[in-house]
Amino acid sequence: MNHTPANPGDATPSLEVSGLAYAYPDGHQALFGVDLTVGKGERVALLGPNGAGKTTLVLHLNGILGGGVGTVTVAGLPVAKQHYAEIRRRVGIVFQDPDDQLFMPTVREDVAFGPAAAGLRGAELEERVRAALDRVGMADFADRPPHHLSFGQRRRVAVATVLAMEPEILVLDEPSSNLDPASRRELADILRSLDVTVLMVTHDLPYALELCPRSVVLSEGVIAADGPTQDLLCDEPLMRAHRLELPFGFDPASVAVA
Amino acid sequence: MGAGHSHLLHRPGHSPVHALPPHCKIAATFGFVVLVVATPREAMWAFGAYAVLLGAVAATARIPAGFLLKRLLIEIPFVAFALLMPFVAEGERTPVLGLSLSVSGLWGAWNVLAKGTLGVAASVLLASTTELRALLTGLQRLGLPSLLVQIASFMIRYGDVVTAELRRMSVARRSRGFEARGVRHWGVLARTAGALFIRSYERGERVHLAMVSRGYTGTMPMLDETAATRAQWAYAAALPATALAVCVMGYAL
Repeated sequence: MNHTPANPGDATPSLEVSGLAYAYPDGHQALFGVDLTVGKGERVALLGPNGAGKTTLVLHLNGILGGGVGTVTVAGLPVAKQHYAEIRRRVGIVFQDPDDQLFMPTVREDVAFGPAAAGLRGAELEERVRAALDRVGMADFADRPPHHLSFGQRRRVAVATVLAMEPEILVLDEPSSNLDPASRRELADILRSLDVTVLMVTHDLPYALELCPRSVVLSEGVIAADGPTQDLLCDEPLMRAHRLELPFGFDPASVAVA
Repeated sequence: MGAGHSHLLHRPGHSPVHALPPHCKIAATFGFVVLVVATPREAMWAFGAYAVLLGAVAATARIPAGFLLKRLLIEIPFVAFALLMPFVAEGERTPVLGLSLSVSGLWGAWNVLAKGTLGVAASVLLASTTELRALLTGLQRLGLPSLLVQIASFMIRYGDVVTAELRRMSVARRSRGFEARGVRHWGVLARTAGALFIRSYERGERVHLAMVSRGYTGTMPMLDETAATRAQWAYAAALPATALAVCVMGYAL
């Protein structure tokens, strides 16, 4: 059940993972040959039960983990030690806990951290920070310390910190976790308004259906399914086989998706 | 959790003292404290002159005396120590109000009290006119190793996060009917401290991961390159320069 992205031929894909296998130093094998292509501008949800290897896969995308079999390329550039600086600029990972992501004393400095580490200075840096905060609607909070913001605001600033690096692909780890419904919708609006490639790791199936036309299911270290999100969510045997459950009363077939 | 500890000492304002670049202020305060300490304790009038100088700075910075005096209370343990000295020190004795006190002890107490109070007052003035953040960038500009500045800035950022975690653990303990009473419960508190350490350590690892993911290679990029002008340096130097004059006179007279 392998589905190819809508228009694979028209540009270099943002992300190409092929034959990726990885075992942790303690011997536990997390990935058993993952193949995944994400085209430029696509929004893809990465679904899977706990312990399926989702985080392991994400940490391979910018070279935090490596040394196993297989290759990862980001917009044509292989993830290898000599390219780490460029790869980490191209792959923007938003981690699950914004308190881990926001480590500088003020919002402005935090958003500036990535581009400044890449060598940007002065007015250009200032402009980059302002633009990134504007895109998540947090420009008025630039001089606030992160711990004085609400959780939803912190999550949005965390998205801005990676947007400031103008990444090729935005990787979100559980973007909707711990958000109240309003913050959840605000974040969805922001994500929809961005013109970058998005890979979204989530357990929140309605959120995946709302935002991502395509989904892949990672289960026991392999891609078990890849197709339009609505088709996957309506495939009951598949869902059951991979411990994916919809919220009570939610019928994915009843929703009209664009 | 709302008000971070960064606001406890700092008193925002727009006075000329507030506007000085932080590294000028740090250098001036440090110079002043060194001169105060170097002044011979017998020149009692000199310490009065120093106090007047600090009063002038406080007036320029529009820091009310009450605010300053309240922050000076931190000095109390040292005061207690100083007050003990005349009673315990050896040597020649002199009667004061019917008590036999040591002369060298009296001088020692005066020395600790005068120099300590002036030092604390100078630091309180620095802290109340300079944001914690700015103090760090100032120290970095003055050449403090960037690793130390990074550690301090993480303390500012994560102090509240760790405190909140500790509070949640305490709420969880009490919600299950635990109340710390006496020695028998120290074990539980020790395990809480251990758990807090592990949690903070793991958070440190996750923060590092997030930093590396955004291109961290070991040094923090310096963002606010605020160089001080000659005039600002001269303005900041007014305090230690006058103090130097007082100190020299203290030796001469």
